[in-house]
Amino acid sequence: MTLSELKDILEASILVGNEYLNMEFDKCRASDLMSDILAGPAEGCVLLTGLTTVQAVRTASVAGAGAIVFVRNKIPSHAVIDLARTEKIPLLTTHFSMFISCGRLHAHGITGPDGMR
Amino acid sequence: MFHSTQDFYIQRLNTFSVTGCIQIVFITLLSRISENKRESLMTTFIKSFNIKKRDFVRAGEASINIQNILKSLDMDPKLIRRIAICGYESEMNVVMHGGDGILKIEIDTGKIILDISDNGDGIENIELAMQKGYSTATEEHREMGFGAGMGLPNMKANSDMLSVESEKGRGTHVHIEFNVS
Repeated sequence: MTLSELKDILEASILVGNEYLNMEFDKCRASDLMSDILAGPAEGCVLLTGLTTVQAVRTASVAGAGAIVFVRNKIPSHAVIDLARTEKIPLLTTHFSMFISCGRLHAHGITGPDGMR
Repeated sequence: MFHSTQDFYIQRLNTFSVTGCIQIVFITLLSRISENKRESLMTTFIKSFNIKKRDFVRAGEASINIQNILKSLDMDPKLIRRIAICGYESEMNVVMHGGDGILKIEIDTGKIILDISDNGDGIENIELAMQKGYSTATEEHREMGFGAGMGLPNMKANSDMLSVESEKGRGTHVHIEFNVS
């Protein structure tokens, strides 16, 4: 699905990266633990997290995740948004919890990084 | 205008000398850079980055910089990811557990080396530190998304060779090698 469709499913707002709404995603990683994200495949995944520090953006960049959705209405600082703009990583925020966000994406065909459903 | 492939790569590498580095050394050696390009480069590239204790805001900057350098050389994306992950985990280890430190990357013939040293408290038991889940992290570290005892095991899993030397009270030295085919 496109980032635009993912945004609608999660009733999310775009914080930065409107120009990437046509990016395609079919895999997801979800964690507040960045070492966990780094320990497994994440290329091309959308990353769901409650962590709003610069480390979330740097982890996405290093791991190759294509976009970040902050759950539970979390909004990062301007510094984090600026870093994401530099790293060309779109940021979204949703009012849903991590659990509900994962469930909604799963119900619409999004898989884990290894294609498992 | 580049007069040779060598000039082209040196120009590319020099573009990274303007931000945040403390040292750039070019040594004349024969080196292959890209499997795609199969070109020769008469240079070994060495660059060092300072890492500051407890500087969580800048932690990871060096690894992103290294990632950009390797991307500019058209290296295998999977290799770049492995190197960036090792660099990032090592940066976080220095920021969380070390004192001030230095992360150095060396791009050489058939090999890329990350060398990380710090003047922190050192590791009391390296064998334990290499075990998944073993951690001496604080609540502050965990709030940053790290400190779950996965750093060194993650670095080992992503490298072709990893060695750790440390002594309590005398800092830590981590040497990581990646083979470039």
